[in-house]
Parts: sequence; C-alpha cells; structure tokens
Amino acid sequence: MGSEAKKSRGRKPLVRTRLPMATQRPEDRVKNFNEVPYGYNEAEAVLESQRCLQCRNAPCVKGCPVEVPIPQFIKLVQEGKFVEAAEVIKTKNSLPAITGRVCPQELQCEARCVMGRRYQPVSIGNLERFVADYAREHGEALPELPEPTGKKVAVVGAGPAGLTCAGDLALLGHEVTVFEALHAPGGVLIYGIPEFRLPKDIVRYETNYLKKLGVKIIPNFIIGKNKTVKELLNEFDAVFIGTGAGSPRLLKIPGINLVNVYSANEYLTRVNLLKGYLFPEYKTPVKKGKTVITIGAGNVAMDAARTAKRLGAENSIIVYRRSKKECPARVEEVHHAEEEGIDFRFLTNPIRIIGDENGRVKALECLRYKLGEPDETGRAKPIPIEGSEHIIECDVVIIAIGNNPNPIIPQTTPDLETSKWGTIITNSKTGETSLQRVYAGGDIATGAATVIAAMGAGKIAAKSIHKQLMGHEIDEEEHNLEVGKCDS
Amino acid sequence: MSFEILDTRELNSENTWMKIKAPLIAERCKAGQFVIIRANEKGERIPLTIANWDKEEGSFEVVFQKVGASTLELGTYKKGDLLLDVVGPLGIPTHTEGAGNTVVIGGGLGIAIATPVARAYKEAGNKVHVIIGARTKELLFNIEILESFADGLTICTDDGSFGIKGFVTQPLQEMIDKGEKIDTVFCVGPPIMMKFISKITEKHGIHTVASLNTIMLDGTGMCGACRVTVGDEIKFVCVDGPDFDAHLVDWDEMMARTQAYREEEKIALEHYHKCRAEKALEEQNAQENK
Ligand SMILES: Cc1cc2nc3c(=O)[nH]c(=O)nc-3n(C[C@H](O)[C@H](O)[C@H](O)COP(=O)(O)OP(=O)(O)OC[C@H]3O[C@@H](n4cnc5c(N)ncnc54)[C@H](O)[C@@H]3O)c2cc1C
Ligand SMILES: Cc1cc2nc3c(=O)[nH]c(=O)nc-3n(C[C@H](O)[C@H](O)[C@H](O)COP(=O)(O)OP(=O)(O)OC[C@H]3O[C@@H](n4cnc5c(N)ncnc54)[C@H](O)[C@@H]3O)c2cc1C
Ligand code: SF4
Ligand code: SF4
Ligand code: FES
Repeated sequence: MGSEAKKSRGRKPLVRTRLPMATQRPEDRVKNFNEVPYGYNEAEAVLESQRCLQCRNAPCVKGCPVEVPIPQFIKLVQEGKFVEAAEVIKTKNSLPAITGRVCPQELQCEARCVMGRRYQPVSIGNLERFVADYAREHGEALPELPEPTGKKVAVVGAGPAGLTCAGDLALLGHEVTVFEALHAPGGVLIYGIPEFRLPKDIVRYETNYLKKLGVKIIPNFIIGKNKTVKELLNEFDAVFIGTGAGSPRLLKIPGINLVNVYSANEYLTRVNLLKGYLFPEYKTPVKKGKTVITIGAGNVAMDAARTAKRLGAENSIIVYRRSKKECPARVEEVHHAEEEGIDFRFLTNPIRIIGDENGRVKALECLRYKLGEPDETGRAKPIPIEGSEHIIECDVVIIAIGNNPNPIIPQTTPDLETSKWGTIITNSKTGETSLQRVYAGGDIATGAATVIAAMGAGKIAAKSIHKQLMGHEIDEEEHNLEVGKCDS
Repeated sequence: MSFEILDTRELNSENTWMKIKAPLIAERCKAGQFVIIRANEKGERIPLTIANWDKEEGSFEVVFQKVGASTLELGTYKKGDLLLDVVGPLGIPTHTEGAGNTVVIGGGLGIAIATPVARAYKEAGNKVHVIIGARTKELLFNIEILESFADGLTICTDDGSFGIKGFVTQPLQEMIDKGEKIDTVFCVGPPIMMKFISKITEKHGIHTVASLNTIMLDGTGMCGACRVTVGDEIKFVCVDGPDFDAHLVDWDEMMARTQAYREEEKIALEHYHKCRAEKALEEQNAQENK
C-alpha cells in the first residue's frame, strides 16, 4: 500500500467525487437505534485519503476550530498507518471518534478544502472517524503521564468542554476532579445526541479513557447545590466551568403546557440517557405518538424527528419557518432525515397548540410563510402569508428551537459576571472569567454552539490553568476558534 | 458511587419509610427540598421529598407511597442494599421566616413532607397548627412526632375511622369561620386537595404556599418536564420550586400533566408484576432442584 500511495502523490487527482460511507438502508434503520453509517473500511479509507492533495498551505486546517493537522493525518492514512494517524489528530483533538461523527464539516474543515472548489471536498470527517475507530478497536497505548504536580483542579460539567479540559490537565500532571449533575458523564453527547448518530459506547470509552489518565469523575453532584464554586476554590487551585446551554427555550404560543408537548431535551433525555426506547424493560416511559411534530430544523430537531420515527410514529413532521437552505442542521442529518421519510413542512410556523378535553395535544395550528428580504442575520426573513392558517392533527409536539445557558452556577456564584443572555463572560482567548482562578468555556460561555467549539474552549482554558498553576503569566495565544452557531 | 440503605420500615400497607446513607445530602438539606433516586441501571429517576435527616450519621430519610412500578420496586429494597444514584438536595427550601400564624396541611403521603416543613416553621419562630388527613386510620402516620412540637394538631379521615370524618379542608374552613388569625397556609398532598385548599384561602386573602409534585426527569432545569403555569409565567418546579403561591398555580393544567403517562404506567405495572412472578418461579425451581 505504501508504495502505491507514494506513486499517487503529486499526481492529479482522478477521483472527483468523494467516496460515500455505506449506511443502513433507510427502511431498516427506522426500525432500530443502531448507528446509521457503517463507516469506511480500511481499503475505503485509503482510497478516499488519496484524494487529498497534501496542500502546503492546507486551508482545511484553518477551517477547523482546533486546527487538526489534517494533511499530516491523511498522509498517514494513505500509508496505512492508522494508529499513528489517530495520534496526530489527538495532539489537537482528544475526541476524534466523536467530532468525526458530529462536526458540521461542510461549514468547517471541508468548507475550505481545495478539492471542493472544483470537485467535492475530501471527506475529512469520515477519515477522522475511521482512524479514531480503528485506534480504539486496535488498542491505543496510554500516553505516559508526567510527575504529578500536586495541583488540584475542579471541572464542573462533564460535557465536551469539561472532559477536554480535564483530559488536557491530567496529561500535564494535575489532579483533576469532574463534577457532573446527571448520573452519567458526557453532557449532550450522552443525553442529547441519539445512539443512531453517536453510539453511547464511544462516549463511555472516552470517559473511561479519562479515568485511566487519573481523572476522577463524580456523578450526581450539582455545583451550586452540593457545593458552591466558592467552596471549590477552597479545596482546589483552579475551577473550570463547562455547564453547557441546557435550559430549554419554549415557544410563547397557547397550548405550550398541554400534555405531550415536550422540549427536545426532555424527549431526547428520556430516550437516550434513560433508554426509553427499551420501555418497559427500562422504566422511563416516552410517548409514542402516531403523528409527531417537531418544531425547528437544527441538529436537535433532526434528532428528535428521527427518534420519533424510530419509536414508531407513522408520521414524523418537521415544521420550520424558513426554507431548506436555511436549515441550521448538518447537511448529512437533513439528508438522512429525508431518506427516512421525515415530512418537512418548510415556510410554516406554529401559532397555537390545540388540546382535547383531557388537556392532551390533538393538533397544531400553523401559518404559511414566504421569504422576504434578508434580515440582520443575512438570511431571508420569513413573512407570514395572511389567511394561510391551517391545522395539522398530531398527538405529540416537540419544541426544538434552542437552549439557554444553564442558570444554576450564575445564580449561586455572586461576582461571576454574566451577559444579558445569561452566558458567563470570559476572555475567549484564555477562558478567564471575572473571578480569580475560575475559568469557563463551551456553551455556557458562547450560548448553544458545537461540540468542537466546546472542546476548543476546554483546551484553551486548560492551557491558561496550567500556566496559572505553574506560576506563569497567562497570555492570549493566537488561535482561530470561530464559534459556529447551531441555533437549532 | 452507590448509596447504602441503612434501614427500611413499612409504615402501613401503602407507605414505606427508608433511611439512606448520603453525608453530602444530610449536611446541606433543608425542609422542603427533595432528592432524585435511580435505584438501578434500568430504573426511573424518582423524585422524593427529604422527610428527615441526621447530619451526624450522614443520613436522610424518605417516605414513599407505592403507586406504580418504580415505587413498588423501590419498596423491595432492604437494609444493606445499594441504590445506584441519589442526587440532591434539589429545589429551594421552604421559606419559613416571618410566616406568622401558620397552618400546615398534609394529605395522604403529604403527611411525610408536611412534617419537616412544619418543624421548620416552628423553629423559625412561628405558631404552627398542623392538619393531616388520610383515607382511613391505617394510613395515618407521624402523629406522635407532630404532637411533640406542633402548637395544635387536627386529624381527619375520609371514612371517620379516626379523628374528624371528612377532608382536611373542613377543619381549615372551621378555623377561618371561628375567626382564628391565620397568616400563612402551607399545603402538600394530592393536587385536587391543594386546589380546594387554595380556593378556600383565596376567598379570605390568606397567603398560601403549595408544594408541587409534578413529573420530573433531571431535576436541574434541563428538560422542562416539571413545568407549571404560575400567574402568567412558566416555572420549572425542580429549580424554581417546589413551593409556589397556591393562588397563582394553574391547577387543572398541573393535574392533567401529572396524568401524562397513565397508559404507560399500566404497561409498566404489568411488566413489573410479570417479572416478579417469573423471578419467584425461578427461585422456587432453584429451591426444588437443590
Ligand atoms: C440534541 C443535540 C444535538 C446536537 N448535535 C450536534 C452536532 O451534530 N454537532 C455539533 O457540533 N454540535 C451538536 N450539538 C451541540 C453540542 O452538543 C453542544 O454545543 C456541546 O455539547 C456543548 O458542550 P458543553 O461541554 O459546553 O456542554 P454540555 O454538553 O451541555 O455539557 C454540560 C454538562 O454540565 C452538566 N452540568 C450543568 N450544570 C451543572 C452543575 N451545576 N454542576 C455539575 N454539572 C452541571 C450538565 O449535566 C452536562 O452534562 C447538539 C446539541 C443537542 C442538544
Ligand atoms: C418534588 C417531588 C417530591 C415528591 N416527594 C414524594 C415523596 O416524598 N413520597 C412519595 O411517595 N412521592 C413523592 N413524589 C411523587 C413520586 O415521585 C411519584 O409517586 C413516583 O415517581 C411515582 O412513580 P411510579 O413509577 O411508582 O408510579 P407511576 O406508575 O409513575 O404513577 C402511578 C400513579 O402516581 C401518579 N404519579 C406519577 N408521578 C407522580 C408524581 N410525580 N407526583 C404525583 N403523582 C404521580 C400517577 O398519576 C399515577 O396515578 C414527589 C414528586 C416530586 C416531583
Ligand atoms: S475536528 Fe471537526 S472541523 Fe476539525 S478536522 Fe475534525 S471534523 Fe473537521
Ligand atoms: S485542503 Fe483538502 S486537499 Fe488540501 S490538504 Fe486539506 S484536505 Fe487535503
Ligand atoms: S425536572 Fe427537568 S427541568 Fe425540572
């Protein structure tokens, strides 16, 4: 393989189109919760990797919020050195099996790929996913840990921001304890994103890996309730807050509190964290509607609508006030949702949820919209069409219009500065907050964004914390952490 | 991390008392707060009010009513068994300062919750009259504990088998009719009971607090399962409550929402009984094979 790869280098790429990943057939997968794509096999990965031109200036890297050394790892894939390729990625991104699956690549690394200018971009995400899975399945060596520094750091919240920060600090020799409010670590990765998109075994593997690095993870522990940030500062040398944007936004329309109106968080938590899809063996119930309407068109909405289908809904409908072009979800998710028969009602917006005599949902009243001039976000502004009221009968409604920052920490930490949106104000280049020795990052600082942005923030904070602990000056390092919005 | 059960006792045919080791919870908790328990990997997250606690021993107590699959299963746990997950104390403690002449009302299982709250009102310097009620004599409990500190105690049963025959609203109405000075009413129990108490006190302009037990999931404000309409606002019971101004709560909406899983609860119960029966059979077979 090695010699072949060498030959192909420097040669004009002949393959213009990317190699698709094999997936479960739509008619099969809507009946199970197994992962949809199977992932590349070794031969496919090598084939796709050969499409990479190994550009010297590597624009793709600038599209990645944590600057994964993309050409370097892809070169190792070309050479069949998969474990080494994973090691290269892990110098910048500690959770590649996850980001390979959930990053909005089409807006990030792959958006800048040179191949994409004329043909299709290299499947960077699929390759990242492949090498991470390969390394996991073929046994990764634990990195050598430095001498303990004797410094202690508390991390609040076990989402991607907190876990990344914890991992980086452990690798620098610090003693790290992660406090998590729920009974399992992972944040949105464990309670929000469904099994069919991100198998929970992968999340568990990654959290176990951290435990092997010596990170202590304490579940069922709510900072602000069991202990305050102030108290943590007495026991620890520094505190990182990565509590996410876990407070559901609800629509201000009549009927929002009818029975069987869910926030996407509730619906997905019942199914993912508590395995409601295995009810009654697992005891947490979830309503299996005949017609389920999800409002919104981000990743969260796609996850909810596709979950509903898998729970047996005959119709799973997405109602979104803009058009397909404006869907904030990953392109792959919208595509998979379409394949699975999700019924998209674009340019449609709900005005009222209608209940029956027992206070249960029976229909949704909507208005049709048309697109007008671009608004302040640059997207065409949807304008309601007069007299277009219509009723869609349904028995479950899921609201997936976004999340606000989790309020527990700001409420219980006086002097911690927050914005009018409730996010914790940080220096985005260092993760520092208004409180000495307290750092923050991820969705709690930016509002709902992406997994990779949260991880990037965790990394930046880990660097600053390390400098503080070692008595160095904290400086603002240059990096291009652009926070892609994922406003559901 | 697991949580050891230090002791259990059947209070009566419906209610079980349980003491659980959890120093962190015992150290912090205050009257009116609750915990969420997930007994095992397949379990539901069950919210239960902290009925009592002992800082020195590092333990707290709950009393629960076996109404469905999850609470029935929890009832099979015995002294020495481990609970997989316990998180708390959750919710805002009951505000007891300056409540004045207070009537604390506990209906049914609500007696367990009313007890520490009544004690907290008393300890905060208020005069406390307690009214408790149950369907029948057998389901009453905590009488001696309440007698030991309350300034007055009235007991009712629906069937008249003990104390006054009738609902807890009756003695409350009588106190009001007699012109007794009442500054605050605190109530906890079935929503329908709280709704009627609220109707009575509203007429007389008596400040009334109700402790709500909506359906919950995470208990940290993440899911909105517990939401209720209070006045013209939506509140999350787990983080904004569980106590709310009873006159502002939309009771009908809340009652409908607690019934959300009626059908599923039946399925869960059937499944539970089937599993218990199968397990019993297996054990019997194993015995015979020995
Ligand atoms: C359904 C869904 C699908 C998504 N899909 C994608 C996708 O495909 N691609 C993508 O890039 N992004 C996606 N996102 C967004 C992404 O998941 C988030 O941006 C990311 O998880 C943020 O990470 P975080 O670490 O900041 O917070 P979170 O992942 O929210 O984790 C925060 C953790 O902190 C815990 N916590 C909160 N308060 C406390 C406290 N007081 N004490 C202790 N612990 C506490 C929470 O329980 C939680 O576990 C999705 C989000 C959702 C909800
Ligand atoms: C803050 C809070 C504190 C609570 N404290 C206690 C307590 O100290 N002791 C106690 O026994 N229970 C308490 N509850 C109620 C308890 O959580 C439920 O009884 C339990 O979850 C029922 O689970 P199950 O599977 O056994 O029954 P299910 O099968 O789920 O329900 C059976 C019956 O109980 C009703 N029910 C279900 N959930 C609730 C609920 N959350 N509240 C009221 N009725 C419900 C149903 O309508 C149904 O009629 C509390 C609830 C909350 C939110
Ligand atoms: S982390 Fe995400 S953006 Fe960066 S290279 Fe990997 S898939 Fe692309
Ligand atoms: S821009 Fe595309 S072709 Fe160039 S190095 Fe990056 S992935 Fe390879
Ligand atoms: S229980 Fe989830 S928000 Fe209250």
